[in-house]
Amino acid sequence: MLIKRPPDIKPSEITPESAFHRRRDILKAALAAGLLPAANAWGQAIGGGFPELVPLAREATRHRAFPEVGNLGDLNTWPHDVERETTSFEDITNYNNYYEFGTGKTDPAKNAHTLRTHPWSVTVEGEADITGTFALEDLMKGHTLEDRLYRFRCVEAWSMVVPWVGFPLGDLLKRFEPTSRANYVQFFTLNDAEQMPGVRYPVLRWPYREGLTIAEAMHPLALLTVGLYGQVLPNQNGAPLRLIVPWKYGFKSIKSIVRIRFMEREPETSWNMANAREYGFYSNVNPDKDHPRWSQATERVLGAGLFSSRIPTRLFNGYADQVASLYTGLDLMRNY
Amino acid sequence: MTRRNLALIKALVIVACVVPFAWVAARAFGYGGDLGANPVQMVLHTFGKTGLNLLILTLAITPIRKQTGLNWLVALRRTLGLAAFFYILLHAITYAVLDQGLAWQSLLVDVAMRPYITVGFLALVLMVPLAVTSTNAMQRRLKRRWVQLHRLVYLIGILGAVHFLWLVKIDVSEPLLYMGVLALLLGYRVVDWRRRQQRRLQARQRRESPA
Ligand code: HEM
Repeated sequence: MLIKRPPDIKPSEITPESAFHRRRDILKAALAAGLLPAANAWGQAIGGGFPELVPLAREATRHRAFPEVGNLGDLNTWPHDVERETTSFEDITNYNNYYEFGTGKTDPAKNAHTLRTHPWSVTVEGEADITGTFALEDLMKGHTLEDRLYRFRCVEAWSMVVPWVGFPLGDLLKRFEPTSRANYVQFFTLNDAEQMPGVRYPVLRWPYREGLTIAEAMHPLALLTVGLYGQVLPNQNGAPLRLIVPWKYGFKSIKSIVRIRFMEREPETSWNMANAREYGFYSNVNPDKDHPRWSQATERVLGAGLFSSRIPTRLFNGYADQVASLYTGLDLMRNY
Repeated sequence: MTRRNLALIKALVIVACVVPFAWVAARAFGYGGDLGANPVQMVLHTFGKTGLNLLILTLAITPIRKQTGLNWLVALRRTLGLAAFFYILLHAITYAVLDQGLAWQSLLVDVAMRPYITVGFLALVLMVPLAVTSTNAMQRRLKRRWVQLHRLVYLIGILGAVHFLWLVKIDVSEPLLYMGVLALLLGYRVVDWRRRQQRRLQARQRRESPA
């Protein structure tokens, strides 16, 4: 049972400055902040565990809807190791690769308002004991949201530092009780031409799809993400539910997820299908393995200005201590 | 077209050519907005795109002149061509200085090993003799050779478009559009050349066969 109480954090304290410039957003945020209970509403493990996962078909006990905008309340902060400056909300939300809304960097910010993030459900299928279609709210119930500051490195050799809000992917995947044959997990983005003008053009194979090995997916750094800067994720950043895999190139971090599939064999991924030589299945950040057409040794930091220099790229995007053990014995130059 | 009007049109064209640079410069200092999250890329792309656009405009002058009979258009060709050259030069300088911080080693690797940079570099190098010989004096001095030399502009345009095609990640629609326009312009010149050859041939035949 959820009890409504007034928020104990003023939206101005954690809302990024730039959001105040957009009248529409302020209105909505204020509305949401007034209506929403603050602390960890999505998070709090109810009775110390996760509730049973009930597919929508069985008339789930749909509780309060996940908001479309607004503050996510008190968040657990997570010990990060990022020494660089956090990228501004403005830059994170106005320089996006989300081809379903256009291939230009500012297209998603312009076009993604047509995405309907509510109601949202995710279909889970394949090698798992519990499958079906689940409401976003039911999937989130019981998970504690954390504010995680991560480095983000695009395959195009630019990077940013982002305060994502989410919970470990593995914690959710375990609840579906994957079978012993579940060696991989595949994810799919929504594919709806009515909401996504970009899918009318066959730039990539729609729906956009991505995948991880089960070990990668269970790694505690792999984050199912619902927020940014303490707020609900803006549409252009992959609302309402996206993946963040901080040690891989950005395109692995699939947006607006509607389907999760446990698989025995390596799943198809959209960029790999488009050009296997340029985009491997792993796509771990690796300064020594150049993209066939450009160098990956350095990266340009977003928001650093016209006269800033590029900075060196780090193996696994600086997360080698945590994730290198996933790849022992694997030749990273061949398995890129 | 009076001389005064032509001078006026030329001045307007020069002003129009400066607009993209002024737009970038103003925004770099915070006037009228900013250059976005990735200003180096914004400047690089604006100069590259403007350069290619101007190059195509330069190539379009002769076909338009022939189709419309507006012969004074040819007076704008040098202005447009030089503007194209300056933008491409600025584009390359932006890359070398602002993006790569004059890291000579990686610049050399880029020019030698990255095909899209190699063709871009080649196009820029080929533009230098055309810019140098763009004066009236040079045109007079080189005569027919000037015309032959300046045909290189087609190759430069194609190299520029190939550079664009090879650098995009996956969405080739825009570079293909440029290639299409280039093909049309080049096609026009080929058709036009064959037509003139035929006419010359007919004239000779008429002269040689007694009536
Ligand atoms: C030394 C010569 C050149 C160098 C080093 C160079 C370098 C570059 C680089 C690094 C990019 C950006 C790639 C990216 O964003 O991934 C670019 C884009 C571009 N360049 Fe060049 N370039 C050169 C010559 C040229 C020439 C000769 C032309 C045209 C005639 C040209 C037209 C363009 C265009 C149209 C773009 C794409 C702009 C956009 O996407 O909006 N470049 N060039």
